[in-house]
Amino acid sequence: MLKIENLHAGVEDKGILKGINLEVKAGEVHAIMGPNGSGKSTLSSVISGNEAFEVTDGDVILEDESVLELSPDERAHKGVFMSFQYPIEIPGVSTTNFIKTAINEKRKANGEEELPAKDMLKLIREKSALLEMDRKFLSRSLNEGFSGGEKKRNEIFQMAMLEPKLAILDETDSGLDIDALKIVANGVNKLRTKENAVIVITHYQRLLDYIVPDFVHVLHDGKIVKSGGKELALELEAKGYDWIK
Amino acid sequence: MSLKDNLISSFMVMENRGKVDLDSGFHQMRSEAINAFEKQGFPTKKDEEWKYTSLNSVLKHDYSIFPKSEAAVEFKEVKKYFVHEIETYKIVFIDGVYSSFLSETTHDGYDICLMSAALKKPKYKMVLDNYFNTIADKENSITNLNTAFTMEGAYINIGKNKVLPKPIQIVNFYTGSEKDILLQPRNLVVVGENSHVQIIERHQSLSDNVVLTNAVTEIFANKRAIVDHYKIQNDNDNASMIDSTYVQQKANSIVSVNTYSFGGKLTRNNVEFFHEGEHIESHINGISILDKKQHVDNHTLIHHKFPNCESFELYKGIFDASSTGVFNGKVIVDQEAQKTNAFQQNNNILIGDKATINAKPQLEIFADDVKCSHGCTIGQLDESAMFYMQSRGIPEKEAKALLLYAFGNEVVEKIKIPELKTRITKLIANKLGVKLGFEI
Ligand SMILES: Nc1ncnc2c1ncn2[C@@H]1O[C@H](COP(=O)(O)OP(=O)(O)OP(=O)(O)O)[C@@H](O)[C@H]1O
Ligand SMILES: [Mg+2]
Repeated sequence: MLKIENLHAGVEDKGILKGINLEVKAGEVHAIMGPNGSGKSTLSSVISGNEAFEVTDGDVILEDESVLELSPDERAHKGVFMSFQYPIEIPGVSTTNFIKTAINEKRKANGEEELPAKDMLKLIREKSALLEMDRKFLSRSLNEGFSGGEKKRNEIFQMAMLEPKLAILDETDSGLDIDALKIVANGVNKLRTKENAVIVITHYQRLLDYIVPDFVHVLHDGKIVKSGGKELALELEAKGYDWIK
Repeated sequence: MSLKDNLISSFMVMENRGKVDLDSGFHQMRSEAINAFEKQGFPTKKDEEWKYTSLNSVLKHDYSIFPKSEAAVEFKEVKKYFVHEIETYKIVFIDGVYSSFLSETTHDGYDICLMSAALKKPKYKMVLDNYFNTIADKENSITNLNTAFTMEGAYINIGKNKVLPKPIQIVNFYTGSEKDILLQPRNLVVVGENSHVQIIERHQSLSDNVVLTNAVTEIFANKRAIVDHYKIQNDNDNASMIDSTYVQQKANSIVSVNTYSFGGKLTRNNVEFFHEGEHIESHINGISILDKKQHVDNHTLIHHKFPNCESFELYKGIFDASSTGVFNGKVIVDQEAQKTNAFQQNNNILIGDKATINAKPQLEIFADDVKCSHGCTIGQLDESAMFYMQSRGIPEKEAKALLLYAFGNEVVEKIKIPELKTRITKLIANKLGVKLGFEI
């Protein structure tokens, strides 16, 4: 589904990603770990099309097509979703209106009719129930004044609404209490099918108890320095990163 | 002949023709006004109050000054310019001439009618003597010009204890029957104790011919009156507008003046509030969304003279392309006006590379026990918010519009007439060139 080849990217003269190779197949869950500043969020941003970063070499291929020339919204229409490490507050736009617009824009781009209001409402009910979200949040301005954990839950609610092919969760677990972590992990697991894939970025093994990865990769200084199965995460938890740097 | 000379000689012609029915008091007032205008002339950029707005480009035309004939306009052609979804009183002018056909006035319990009629009939004399030109700024040359040529406009006099069952629309159409036309409507609004009035005002050009409107409105809110005045400024590219609105409030009254400036070539709004009593609330709100080379200048004044009054001012501006904006918000709190609450907020977003805004809050506070705050921001579209929205599938154009909507929403939210709110929301969507699947 996703193939990253020799990806180099950075800002201005500063290289951040220095030759990433990664293949994620449909149905798989990949975890990416690595020390602070190693480039995990940059990688998610580049996959999602953030123009703040310049790709200097390599390619990002989604379902056999390079997406580097596509805008973030076009990539979203192809099924890419990123849950932000730091979700943005958007005053004046309610979560409901935001997600409605997002869903209908995606449908429009894929040549479908707008979702009838009734169905939209039903979907919102269902997904907010799945994430045990208080519906008060939905009418509030997007993320404005939300607590850290509430923002993360809201990200996964949006993911559940949009049903992406490729979901990238950038430190979705940070800021969540234990109960919330279970709820959010459950939300992610509900999305898992043979057709889609998940990339989980985290610092902690704990999340991986709930969202069990097929592969674990360690990112260090813009490169993947080690890959392995789910036991690699346990090893990292015990030993830290020094032994692989 | 310069426009100024032309105006002064036209005034003489008007006098000699006895075109307006003058009593001696009115005659004196007009003469003083034209003399003042002759001395003051049109404002230039040397004037502190006009530093960032040049009238040169709008004054160079050879304007016709007196409306010639009544042009016919079919209701169905202009229906869209009315808030027609609700019942309203209507005072409609076509090229400065009253259109009885499009209007819906009343004398039943209160007067919602014409300035020209009020000027002629003795029974209105007392109201005119008490109110007319009593708060309009005599130092303002353009207001003086309007006073000198007062002929037509809305005359609204609501007695005590009347809650109007429907809003009043004052609509001025220009058909383009004259090549370049100068129009000077003059409105008087007197609202009695405990009465409630809502007014929607619009100026709309129906052709591409040049029009300059110099409108003056005086509003008097007596004790506990509630008055809301909404001005839709969405005229086309050859229309310019100088609007001066003067408001006097008595104790416990609540008045709002709201401007929605999306269209026109040059728009200057002067809004001035004067307090004559305690426990008054004044609200001034405005939103400007400009592109091309449009220019909007909002000049406001709130003068707190009595204790325990509040004023709330909120102006937002979105400036694309080479458009320019000016905000000058003056708040004066006299020494006697203790326990004043005065809030002012002015937020601007510059989108166009060549767009500019000159924002100047001016607080002159002479009382010590007051709460006054002002905030002024000038920013760009938030890139991280744009990426966030786009990453969820919302295309750049729509994401931008949604952010700008959200930015302006605080002002739109203050509209108390739901149908008008919908209308303004749609005008904003049009201006931003998008269709959104919902209304904020
Ligand atoms: N816009 C930017 N401008 C300059 N430097 C940047 C920018 N974005 C990221 N960086 C730098 O790139 C490096 C990688 O940052 P990134 O956010 O990808 O790290 P991370 O692996 O997600 O870290 P963390 O675990 O702390 O979230 C850091 O050194 C960071 O300072
Ligand atoms: Mg990060």
